[in-house]
Amino acid sequence: MYKISKTVQLLLLIILGFTLWFPAIADEYYIELLTNIMIIAIFAMSLDLLVGFTGLVSLGHAAFFGIGAYSLAIFFGGMEQFSLLAALPVSLIATALAALIIGWISIRTSGIYFIMITLALSQMVYYYFFESKLYNGDDGLFMTAKPSLNIGSLHLLNLENEITFYYFTFGILVVVFLFLVMILRAPFGQVITGICANESRVKSLGYPTQRYKLVSFVIAGTLAGLAGFLEASHTGFITPSYLSWHESGAILVVVILGGIATFYGPIIGAGTFVLLEDMLPEMTDHWKIIFGGIIIFIVLFLPNGISSLSWKILYKPFQIFKR
Amino acid sequence: MELSFYLIQLLNGIQYGFLLFLVTSGLTLVFGIMDVINLAHGSFYMIGAYLAFWLTGIFGNLFLGIILAIPLAILVGFVVEKLAISYVYTKGHLHQVLLTYALIMVFDEAQRFLWGNDSHGIDVPAILSGSIPLTDIQVYPVYRLFVSFVCIVIAAGMFFVIHKTKLGMTIRAGASNREMTQALGINIKTLFTIVFSLGVALAAFAGMIAAPIDSLYPGMGDNILIISLVVVVIGGIGSIKGAFVGAMIIGVSSVFGETLFPDLASVIVYAMMSAILIWRPKGLFPAT
Amino acid sequence: MSKLDNLKFEDPKFQDKDMTRRDFVKTASTALAMTAASSIIPTFAIGGMAPVKVGVLLPFTGTYAKLGSHILDAMKMRIAQNGDKLGGRKVDFTVIDSEMNVPKSTQRVNKLLKKEKANFIIGPVHSGIGINMARMLKDKKVIVVVPNAGANQITGELCAQNIFRTSFTSWQTAYPAGQVMLKEGYKKVALMYYNYAFGKQTAAAFQESFIPGGGEIVADIPTPFPKTEFQSFFTKIAAIKPDAVFTFYSGGGAIKFMKDYAAAGLQGKIPLWGTFLTEGTSRQAGAAAEGIKTTLHYSTELENATNRKFKVDFKKATGDDADVFAVQGYDAGSLLIQGMDAVGGDTDAIVDLQNALRSVKIDSPRGTFTFSKANHPIQDIYLREVQGGVNKVIGVAAKALEDPAIGCKA
Repeated sequence: MYKISKTVQLLLLIILGFTLWFPAIADEYYIELLTNIMIIAIFAMSLDLLVGFTGLVSLGHAAFFGIGAYSLAIFFGGMEQFSLLAALPVSLIATALAALIIGWISIRTSGIYFIMITLALSQMVYYYFFESKLYNGDDGLFMTAKPSLNIGSLHLLNLENEITFYYFTFGILVVVFLFLVMILRAPFGQVITGICANESRVKSLGYPTQRYKLVSFVIAGTLAGLAGFLEASHTGFITPSYLSWHESGAILVVVILGGIATFYGPIIGAGTFVLLEDMLPEMTDHWKIIFGGIIIFIVLFLPNGISSLSWKILYKPFQIFKR
Repeated sequence: MELSFYLIQLLNGIQYGFLLFLVTSGLTLVFGIMDVINLAHGSFYMIGAYLAFWLTGIFGNLFLGIILAIPLAILVGFVVEKLAISYVYTKGHLHQVLLTYALIMVFDEAQRFLWGNDSHGIDVPAILSGSIPLTDIQVYPVYRLFVSFVCIVIAAGMFFVIHKTKLGMTIRAGASNREMTQALGINIKTLFTIVFSLGVALAAFAGMIAAPIDSLYPGMGDNILIISLVVVVIGGIGSIKGAFVGAMIIGVSSVFGETLFPDLASVIVYAMMSAILIWRPKGLFPAT
Repeated sequence: MSKLDNLKFEDPKFQDKDMTRRDFVKTASTALAMTAASSIIPTFAIGGMAPVKVGVLLPFTGTYAKLGSHILDAMKMRIAQNGDKLGGRKVDFTVIDSEMNVPKSTQRVNKLLKKEKANFIIGPVHSGIGINMARMLKDKKVIVVVPNAGANQITGELCAQNIFRTSFTSWQTAYPAGQVMLKEGYKKVALMYYNYAFGKQTAAAFQESFIPGGGEIVADIPTPFPKTEFQSFFTKIAAIKPDAVFTFYSGGGAIKFMKDYAAAGLQGKIPLWGTFLTEGTSRQAGAAAEGIKTTLHYSTELENATNRKFKVDFKKATGDDADVFAVQGYDAGSLLIQGMDAVGGDTDAIVDLQNALRSVKIDSPRGTFTFSKANHPIQDIYLREVQGGVNKVIGVAAKALEDPAIGCKA
């Protein structure tokens, strides 16, 4: 049963409050930065469902992010105005279909094979967008406008406004978070967690584990596509490099940085990752070695990520008082 | 196109396949025996190339450079295994992916630090710089034939070691059933260190031998990494025979793919891999 | 005022392990507070004495790291020659490594624009980032100078009053080659190039002049980027036997290309042409590069006083040999200096500054050039041939060539 402890719940509420209040004090650059962090957090949470809870290590998750973004750009990129209610389903359906196909092929394998085939299939999608004459290759595609939400002549959502976009993304982040918590608490989630722990036992109980894994894969992929949709709407520019395996590797780093098998972990990881990448290069030219070193440190000494750290920090002062 | 065109392309494909085999043979052993996924494999290829470049620069002779570089490469493998890889054996694939992903960053930066941002090249040694005429225009560089020859020798050597020696027997046992091998009293730790160092040395050696026909530049490990992974998966993890067959398939198909369908050149290789994996989810000749 | 600015770029480094925890907290919180304050409080310009903020987005890691560092070093050298001042004001550089990473480029450009509030943004090398940058910064309160990214669109569809370029377009480098090759008698040419946007643009520009002049493209061979194995394609060329081969490759791939071309026996039998093919690569490729002809807007062997002095100065300042990328960075520096002088350092007078920049005549190592209405160099394209490991200038392929700036509504 997926539980979030009371302490963490409190912390999350604090972060929630801070995020809601943030645009009031910060200037534009930081608002955009935080929007970016939230988009990456959604991307990371989707991967956490796959890696942390289902136990399927995918090195090709960026492909779905990219498909979500490209669907938006391909079908709606040239339009001066288009509805969110039209564009979002298109992106999600396109990504879900891709996840279904790629997932069906990949789930037939396991272990290292699974990692490799997800990598290779995402590379295939990457090269498709790169080499095909249809999509401008590495010159990328533009979005002329951001999605809008209108009822009749009532202009409900002006996403051109950076602050509105911020809250819009925040809303989606909260919805995705609650959705994931909900499915994890549902019977589906329990089967998934069981498969992660011991697949053969779950299979012997009569569950069609392959089907469950596929469903998890498709949900994870679709949510990644949602993040991609947001990214393309936010920056207005999409290139094949969003689908490269480097991006897939980076989002894995985000997940483990924050802590796998939690959903708040990826959120912490996203914030840490983006801020590190923002600040480290200012300190030194050879920042990549430091960055690599940090990842190695986390892998070796903090394998459950920063969120595991938070427990110790919270309890330590109290333990000192107890004595 | 005449027949000679297709024959020469076949030759190109086979030669590319030989080189791929050399690079991936070490990788498949590491995957198969240690069940460790190593994304830094391309970096070891790069390290080999730069070691050869450095030592050839000092001693003026490629062969001498390579002979001296090999023990250095083995040392690098040993150190990396002891200091990093050995800690993630039990941690699972996710952590191995991340650790080796970080290692790529570290190695790339180290290369930049040591040899700068320039592109470099090594000259083909004079003895092997001739060429064999193929058509009235095209000639085939002798060095490439030499590389193919070396790959065949290594392949034969590996086959011999794996199938005819005790070490090879232990390696095969470890690849098919690690727990049982351990239960029989084999020191898995030592075995792993040997296999990993061997894998690194093979990748590095491939980098050394290919250096004169490749170029050295920052980030050169990336390209070779992905294609190596594809070869290993097609061939079957843990199988030398599989790596060989996989390398040949990829070598020949990418050569024909890129000249016949340039718009989908890279897609073809991955499509083929998917097709093979749909048919045989564990690759063509899996060790287990 | 300058104190706050300095603190922004100075991150507290806690090397001293003997510091007590109280000291740590004190210093950290002060630093944090000041950094937060300085980022939220707008920096006032007291008259024109505040430093000019120049933001730089170039690659310093990865395959194109050398290009990035050459551009920046040359630009800084040029500004140093002007007393380290632009229009009488000191210069504050904020340098960001673009890593050639397109997904992160939006955030990085935003950082320079919105956080650092840069007056000028210099960059990038990579065309993909350049396109994104042009799109983001069009008509914003900042002057953009592109010292490399050669995609046609940047001063084409994406042109803007505030976006300038000191480099080239793929069109400018390849279009003259078609004319020259026809003149030299090559009627049947094979195209071979990296299959990515810039390579495709180069090939298209070549065909634009070559085909109407009576030439025939007997083979169009794009090769996967960034693979550097070309054997299969050489076999194709050897089978087709064109009069010559026109290429686009650069950097490490170009070195390998030339060496493999020679090793496959094609050197000398089927003449090899290109644009960037021999730039910065002719020495490393050795004998394989001899005789290769290229069309480009610069050569290290140009015989003019500015170039001679530039090469010496650059070598002294950096220890590296000058190349076209350094020239482009150097000229970016000249552009800034001359523009700022014309408006007396007043970066707030954006329209005047833009007009001043556009009317600048650059005394460049490549020869003098002016800017078109699309803010792009109108420059000579040289015909070069590799002799003795260097690109000797054997003629002018096109004089004062102006890029057509297709789609630009300037």
